[in-house]
Amino acid sequence: MGELGAFKTIARANTPERPAAERVGDHREFVRTLPLVELREQGARCMECGVPFCHNGCPLGNLIPDWNDLVYRDRFREALDQLHRTNNFPEFTGRLCPAPCEAACVLEIDEGNAVTIKQIELAIVDRGWEEGWIPAQPPRMRTGRSVAVVGSGPAGLACAQQLARAGHDVTVFERDEAAGGLLRFGVPDFKIEKHVVERRVQQLAAEGVRFECGVEIKSQEQLDAFDAAVLATGARVPRDLPVPGRELGGVHFAMEYLYERNRAVAGSAEPTISAAGRHVVVIGGGDTGADCVASAHREGAASVTQIELVGEPPPSRQDDLTPWPLWPMKLRTSYALKEGGDRSFAISTTGLSGNGRVQEIHWVRNTGEPPFDPVPTSDESHPAQLVLLAMGFVGPETALLETLDVTLDKSSYATSVPGIFAAGDARRGQSLIVWAIEEGRRCATAVDAWLTAPA
Amino acid sequence: MPLPNRQSGLYDPSFEHDACGVAFVARLNGDASHETVERALTALANLEHRGAAGADKNTGDGAGILLQIPDEFFRAQIAGLPPAGAYGVGTCFGGHEETIEAAVAAEGQELVCWRDVPVDETHVGRTARAAMPQIRQFVVAARGLEGDAFERKLYVIRRVAELAAGPALVIPSLSSRTLVYKGMLTAPQLARFYPDLLDHRFESALALVHSRFSTNTFPSWELAHPYRMVAHNGEINTLRGNVNWMRARESQLASELFGDDLAKVLPVIREGGSDTATFDNVLELLVLAGRSLPHAVMMMIPEANPSEELKGFYAYHGCLMEAWDGPAAIAFTDGRVIGATLDRNGLRPGRWYQTSDGWVVLASETGVLDDAPESIVRKGRLQPGKLFLVDLEQHRIVPDQEVKAAIATRRPYAKWFQQEALNLSDLPAATMPQRDEEPLLRRQLLFGYAQEDMKVMLAPLARNAEEAVGSMGNDTPLAVLSERKPLLYSYFKQLFAQVTNPPIDSIREAIVMSVSASVGSERNLLAETPEHARQLVMENPILRDEELERLRQVDSDVFASHTIDTTWDVAEGTDGFEPALDRICTEASAALARGANILILSDRAAGRERVPIPSLLAIGAVHHHLVREGTRLQTGIVVESGEPRSVHSIAVLIGYGAAAVNPYVMLETLEELVDLGWLPVGMTVEEAQSRAVKGIGKGLLKVISKMGISTIPSYCGAQIFEAVGLAPELIERCFTGTPSRIGGIGLREIAEGSVARHARAYPGNGGLLPVLGLYAWRRDGEHHQWNPDTISLLQHAVRSGSFETFEQYSDTANAESARRSSLRGLLKFRFPEDGIPLEEVEPVAEIVKRFSTGAMSLGSISREAHETLAKAMNQIGGRSNTGEGGEDSARFEDNRRSKIKQVASGRFGVNANYLANADELQIKMAQGAKPGEGGQLPGHKVDHYIASVRMTTPGVGLISPPPHHDIYSIEDLKQLIYDLRCANPDARISVKLVAEVGVGTVAAGVAKAGADHVLISGHDGGTGASPVSSILHAGVPWEIGLAETQQTLVRNDLRSRIWVQTDGQLKTGRDVVVAALLGADEMGFATAPLIASGCVMMRACHLNTCPVGIATQDPDLRKKFAGEPEHVVNFFFFVAEEVRRLMAKLGVARFDDLVGRVDLLDADEALTAWQARGIDLSNILRAPEGSPLRRTHAQEPALTDALDWKLLEIEEGDFAIRNVNRTVGGILSHHVTKAHGAPGLPPASIRLTFHGSAGQSFGAWLAPGIELTLVGDANDYVGKGLSGGVLALRPPEGSPFRAEENVIAGNTILYGATSGRAFFRGLVGERFAVRNSGAIAVAEGVGDHGCEYMTGGVVVVLGPTGRNFAAGMSGGIAYVLDEDGRFAERCNTQLVALDELESDDLRLVQSLLEEHLARTGSAVAERVLGDWPGPFVKVMPHEYRRAIEDGAISTGGDGFYTRETEEAAA
Ligand SMILES: Cc1cc2nc3c(=O)[nH]c(=O)nc-3n(C[C@H](O)[C@H](O)[C@H](O)COP(=O)(O)OP(=O)(O)OC[C@H]3O[C@@H](n4cnc5c(N)ncnc54)[C@H](O)[C@@H]3O)c2cc1C
Ligand SMILES: Cc1cc2nc3c(=O)[nH]c(=O)nc-3n(C[C@H](O)[C@H](O)[C@H](O)COP(=O)(O)O)c2cc1C
Ligand code: SF4
Ligand code: SF4
Ligand code: F3S
Repeated sequence: MGELGAFKTIARANTPERPAAERVGDHREFVRTLPLVELREQGARCMECGVPFCHNGCPLGNLIPDWNDLVYRDRFREALDQLHRTNNFPEFTGRLCPAPCEAACVLEIDEGNAVTIKQIELAIVDRGWEEGWIPAQPPRMRTGRSVAVVGSGPAGLACAQQLARAGHDVTVFERDEAAGGLLRFGVPDFKIEKHVVERRVQQLAAEGVRFECGVEIKSQEQLDAFDAAVLATGARVPRDLPVPGRELGGVHFAMEYLYERNRAVAGSAEPTISAAGRHVVVIGGGDTGADCVASAHREGAASVTQIELVGEPPPSRQDDLTPWPLWPMKLRTSYALKEGGDRSFAISTTGLSGNGRVQEIHWVRNTGEPPFDPVPTSDESHPAQLVLLAMGFVGPETALLETLDVTLDKSSYATSVPGIFAAGDARRGQSLIVWAIEEGRRCATAVDAWLTAPA
Repeated sequence: MPLPNRQSGLYDPSFEHDACGVAFVARLNGDASHETVERALTALANLEHRGAAGADKNTGDGAGILLQIPDEFFRAQIAGLPPAGAYGVGTCFGGHEETIEAAVAAEGQELVCWRDVPVDETHVGRTARAAMPQIRQFVVAARGLEGDAFERKLYVIRRVAELAAGPALVIPSLSSRTLVYKGMLTAPQLARFYPDLLDHRFESALALVHSRFSTNTFPSWELAHPYRMVAHNGEINTLRGNVNWMRARESQLASELFGDDLAKVLPVIREGGSDTATFDNVLELLVLAGRSLPHAVMMMIPEANPSEELKGFYAYHGCLMEAWDGPAAIAFTDGRVIGATLDRNGLRPGRWYQTSDGWVVLASETGVLDDAPESIVRKGRLQPGKLFLVDLEQHRIVPDQEVKAAIATRRPYAKWFQQEALNLSDLPAATMPQRDEEPLLRRQLLFGYAQEDMKVMLAPLARNAEEAVGSMGNDTPLAVLSERKPLLYSYFKQLFAQVTNPPIDSIREAIVMSVSASVGSERNLLAETPEHARQLVMENPILRDEELERLRQVDSDVFASHTIDTTWDVAEGTDGFEPALDRICTEASAALARGANILILSDRAAGRERVPIPSLLAIGAVHHHLVREGTRLQTGIVVESGEPRSVHSIAVLIGYGAAAVNPYVMLETLEELVDLGWLPVGMTVEEAQSRAVKGIGKGLLKVISKMGISTIPSYCGAQIFEAVGLAPELIERCFTGTPSRIGGIGLREIAEGSVARHARAYPGNGGLLPVLGLYAWRRDGEHHQWNPDTISLLQHAVRSGSFETFEQYSDTANAESARRSSLRGLLKFRFPEDGIPLEEVEPVAEIVKRFSTGAMSLGSISREAHETLAKAMNQIGGRSNTGEGGEDSARFEDNRRSKIKQVASGRFGVNANYLANADELQIKMAQGAKPGEGGQLPGHKVDHYIASVRMTTPGVGLISPPPHHDIYSIEDLKQLIYDLRCANPDARISVKLVAEVGVGTVAAGVAKAGADHVLISGHDGGTGASPVSSILHAGVPWEIGLAETQQTLVRNDLRSRIWVQTDGQLKTGRDVVVAALLGADEMGFATAPLIASGCVMMRACHLNTCPVGIATQDPDLRKKFAGEPEHVVNFFFFVAEEVRRLMAKLGVARFDDLVGRVDLLDADEALTAWQARGIDLSNILRAPEGSPLRRTHAQEPALTDALDWKLLEIEEGDFAIRNVNRTVGGILSHHVTKAHGAPGLPPASIRLTFHGSAGQSFGAWLAPGIELTLVGDANDYVGKGLSGGVLALRPPEGSPFRAEENVIAGNTILYGATSGRAFFRGLVGERFAVRNSGAIAVAEGVGDHGCEYMTGGVVVVLGPTGRNFAAGMSGGIAYVLDEDGRFAERCNTQLVALDELESDDLRLVQSLLEEHLARTGSAVAERVLGDWPGPFVKVMPHEYRRAIEDGAISTGGDGFYTRETEEAAA
């Protein structure tokens, strides 16, 4: 129980960020942490609710009230234990999670007042790493059963860690050159520096997880040696934009661009796509789009514009549509736009034009709601030398599924093939890291039960 | 022939309660006369209102008389009668002549003759007549025996005959000295029924009479009082334990006086007897075996805190027998002395006087006989723990001290005790064994520890030395339905006192409480030797490790310990469990055979290889095994276990026979908490442990005091629990006699639980304790019915007005929640093939009228929330409830008026005006979340508004006492109902009870007491603040309580006159329909409407930080309240709509026709999981025999012969009054209030004078402008709820006695008075001015607990006070004339300071004395004023002083303190 009534006297402190002007100059994380004293004050605001809606709002079921209180009482070590009970990688979620927990926090009934759960989560785990409280936890006994985990995104990693700790032999296959999935190659460094990911991967390795990077699973044979396999391959097929000019140079899927940027920052490959000095248009108003906007800023784009099909959401929670504790549909301004760039809502792209390479984008304003009828005489054209398509993903790549003859099941971690399981975006469609971890954990439980079930 | 009481469904006659009126008349000179009998019968008739009749109003609950054998009477009829004393007369119900004759012959005595007792049954009620036995007398002539020896022989004859004939033969008396006439009669019927009693030759020097009020629902002639030696008003709370212990004692009984005869009388206790009958059985044995009657009485009802001289006596006898504890006024006689005693807390009334011509009369009330005032030379009252004894051989009243001193010095008891008893702390320090133990975490897992145990229970316990407090109800599954295999403790629900006996305030009345305990072996009860005192005494039943080692290592010729391992080999799996249990029992027997007298049941050996048997199972098994074997008293049993860790767990262990408990893992866990920084900085392990031990000790006292028990030894083995979810065989073996009504799990499932916990502890890769989620919802923890889904769906539904969303909510609530947690979830409807069209079903608007919101006090919830509920309920025609905190009178006139006005023990805001503005007055006896407990509103929550509504002082904390101080028994409840009827003849009167075993019989009592409505609350209902253990572990589900109530009421045709409501976790239309089918007409909802208004189950209600402005008084937070009446209205309409749809499917058009139709319910076999757990709902689904199933007519009018009707039109006048004139001034005040509102009439507008003895509640709720003067004396409850009127009581002019030395009025005077003045010339009883919040009073001496819980007003005491003055007094001022300078010793200074008077005070007291003198002619006042100022002490509560300093109260010009409230302004 935090401090009685502290929520009345202590205001919510939003996550401190480095000044926009400064951070666009580098690729280091833009988020800062609160000083310890203030952080503990924030912990004090938590009322340890009888029904902690935050804990329900968090897909992982993080024991938020418990660790909030521990932070308030400066018991970081125990807080870390509680945090790790439900979350294998708090340093990922603490950085990257949109924090549905906060939307559901009881204090958020009074909008804008939620406990700063995510910051506290991050502070706990960062402190843990700093203090060396996060050693490898190799299992005490081994089962002698083996599992292949395909894909090393957060779902694959969480699943692998859980299985390894239960004593199974786990091998993670990753087609990219390094483990981490979208965390490594999708999400830019200024949101999560890659050593953070690597550190965790190393812990897994130390717990006995074998990583086979640069290996793409394409056939059944590759999996034959294993007692079970988990497909955590993500939902990587992007949604395309079928408009005239789509084929022009300088029109890319967001992921192509972001993969390149990540490799560039890591110094592992020379980029082929560049935003430097160009007018950049990002199509799609979501988080992927925002990462593109921010990356373009850092490259020194001439201008960055983000456009969104859907109309501008209301500025605050609509209690008739998405009442507390539901995730509210409301206008959120991304960190990227705070760094610069324009944003427009209710825009339907009608075409791209240029001479081999894209030069202009053409659009029309729409009603903002399905079926997005165009507003007459609202056509506009804008310069666009790099167009990034960030309109979401339609689902997992199908090749492997077909090869293995596997049908995925939304209601179960098992698939149509006994011994083959699926988790993460591959199973539930494009989602969030926090969900990926939860899926990985639950899938591990299912695999473990399957492996240990009496024959 | 009396029908044997028959158990059926949930109805069980063993839970009958009785209470009553009792009186005796004795002639000091010992001359027998018929006048004694006449007087006694008159007294009895005048006590009739304390008795009761059943559905058939001519059938009384019982009346009877005990007197000396009228020798002349018998001699005239029976030829050849031996001389007086050489024959005995037996009265016998039910034939069996041959059996009796055989017994007489076998015992070598001679049967002289049989006599048919003439009876006249013409006036007797239908039911009584049907059950009437044949009544005959027989005369036995002594052969070779005389005196006591002959009495003993007659006793043996009786027992032999009774045992041979079985329950069908009842012998109310068989003695050469006394004779009993009794029956299932009303008081006035007794003499008409037994013409013998009217015969002038029927003479006696003493007569004891009794009029019974029983919750009794089954006809019985046997259960009428008096028994052979006693008549009783009250209830023995510890009965079950006493009976068990007596049974255990029997094998050791030996008596030189009885010799071999003793074996013939065993068992001593007659099966199926009431508490009094059982008491009588034991008392009789003690006396016949050689102790004097007063001696035996002192043993059974010891005094609390006796004087130094008696301490040794009581300590010694405490080693022989535990106390028979409970509210008791016991009148006793052996035909030579007659007397009475009162329980240690003075919970029953008893008044006596002596006349100049040598009559002594004692009765539950004063005024039962018309002796001329001039002839009365002394008056007094029974006092807590004191004996009142009339010795007809010595021709005098023997003072308490004298009797007791004589008995206490018969033998050197004190010395024996000192020499033989050992104190644990005197034992040599023990060497602590080196233990090679598993890490703490493993052991915690082994014993089922969870994180929450640390955080929610243990840390607060050590921090505050008090049990943790929580809020809102228990929405988790019953233990037997939980998937988490809860510990065995949680299958046991604490029982509590409601109506039939009062709980005790273990904090404020700590003087009567004690936690000390002892172990050792007990010896023959019928002898007394120094060795009897060989007991090892412990200050506290919770032992630290070192203390346990001392016990274990005790090395003397007296004590020998033996430790029994209560673990078994994990390799044997669950199969090893039962053999292990057998082994433990066998080992216990063997150890006793070898001379052990301290058995330690230890699970220390638990670990990787050994699984611990649940400690409760181990103690239960061993205890009952030894009881059955007859060896139980040779040893004390101590539990050394890692499992217990809460007040509840330790309470259950003690309740099943543990003398002490060493909860070693808990103690170690406290160490861990210190290491982990869970406790305040600087707290050492030592401190943490001792605080926790202290906290549990306090908690234990609270648990036992809930049942009205005050000492641990009398709680030990008393089994005051109801099991929910345990199989009958298991109960039979280990918890014999414990009610368990829905079957449940057995040994196998318990073993599985133990093995599962072991598996969790070993080998396991994990390293953390489970979360649990019992106290607060956790995703992977225990299921909660109110969870994020149900809460948000309900809120979305009522805010958007979407029935669709509501259906989603109710589907979730029904399917997900109820099924997994509650009994109703296990039921299904039996839908007929075709229902009826929805249109034919009663409209929603009609159905919602049956709904009410729960009592929630303003104070526990905010003004905004409170008013929202009221507006909503008024809008839909339902009812809202004020709760126990009063209501702003501004609301009486508008849509914020609550139709139900609650009257709780605190009586906050209860005055004539409040009562007059109700449609329903609800007497709160208990609340599901804290039955048997009081409450506390801390000063900081009492702002100006709350204070004004409660009529108390801002900033001054308020305490609600655990009992209503005017309800210690059922006849008291009847009186309060009567008082409330007077205060508002139009309102219906409701009584709120909580489900527990026996609630059906209590409800029957409530119906007989004249209530219109009874509410059966489930154990799981909400609360603003309660100890966590009470929220979880007290009471049972309403499904059981409601079904029991319905079955009991219907079979006795009482259902027809009373409405039944139920509440507790009601959420959906389905819940409502199940409740209706089980017998409820109406339903109450508290939590659900709060959730509809925004509550999110924060459960911070007790912390004042409710974030949605509901359970808070914080102005900033209250602004956040966003609930609208509309939301609440939607909720109720939605629920009603669901009800309609179900009704259509059930084919029932009118709700009325739904009520009680259990045939439409069935157990849902689809749910196999619970079937596997052995649950059997057939008792709940039993259709009662009889009809109607719902209320069909009103109660008999109660007020028709009230004296008040004569007073209505008069402004001044004189009236004769007697004890049957009750609540005089009540109806009058109602009329004044109706006409003039709260301000009433100008001072002295109505002035009435009464002559005689006033009945109870004289001047209750007296309104402003009315002045009543009583010349004579008064009974209990004078000036109850005084609302502005003025009372003056003085003795008649010609009284020869000194007024200030004699009793003028009884107990509990000015209870809950809010304003007005009262003057008493003479002594008054216990609890004078209890919970007074504004009245001004003067008395000339008060009993114990004076000014208890007072919050305002002024009291002047011009004479002695009893003990514990000012307990819980948070406000007001008392001035005590301390002439012996010893007042400080008798004052409880927890909350008050004793000061000198300042000039303002002196002026105030002086003016009050002047008024006292003027109104009563007081000699004391005159003397003190003449010698002004006199040695006054001012009793000033600390908080009150602060409030005065803060300006919340100011002194007016006249020296009176006035509150800055609306009241004062008005
Ligand atoms: C740009 C971007 C930014 C995002 N930002 C956030 C954010 O801030 N917060 C948030 O919560 N979520 C964010 N998300 C979503 C989040 O990254 C994903 O939901 C999450 O990473 C899904 O995890 P996963 O393990 O299921 O799949 P992925 O992370 O997609 O990992 C799948 C892995 O499988 C590998 N793989 C696929 N097929 C094979 C194969 N046949 N053989 C071997 N390896 C294979 C892939 O190379 C990849 O490494 C973002 C997504 C994007 C695209
Ligand atoms: C905040 C709160 C305060 C309460 N106060 C009282 C009270 O003053 N008197 C009373 O008899 N019951 C009180 N109760 C109990 C309710 O009247 C009711 O019996 C119970 O809550 C019904 O169960 P439910 O809440 O599950 O509907 C209170 C309950 C709550 C939630
Ligand atoms: S993982 Fe996300 S939702 Fe869960 S606690 Fe952390 S920030 Fe909140
Ligand atoms: S909902 Fe908010 S206040 Fe409540 S426990 Fe969670 S974080 Fe704390
Ligand atoms: S549980 Fe109590 S604290 Fe408020 S949110 Fe509900 S009223």
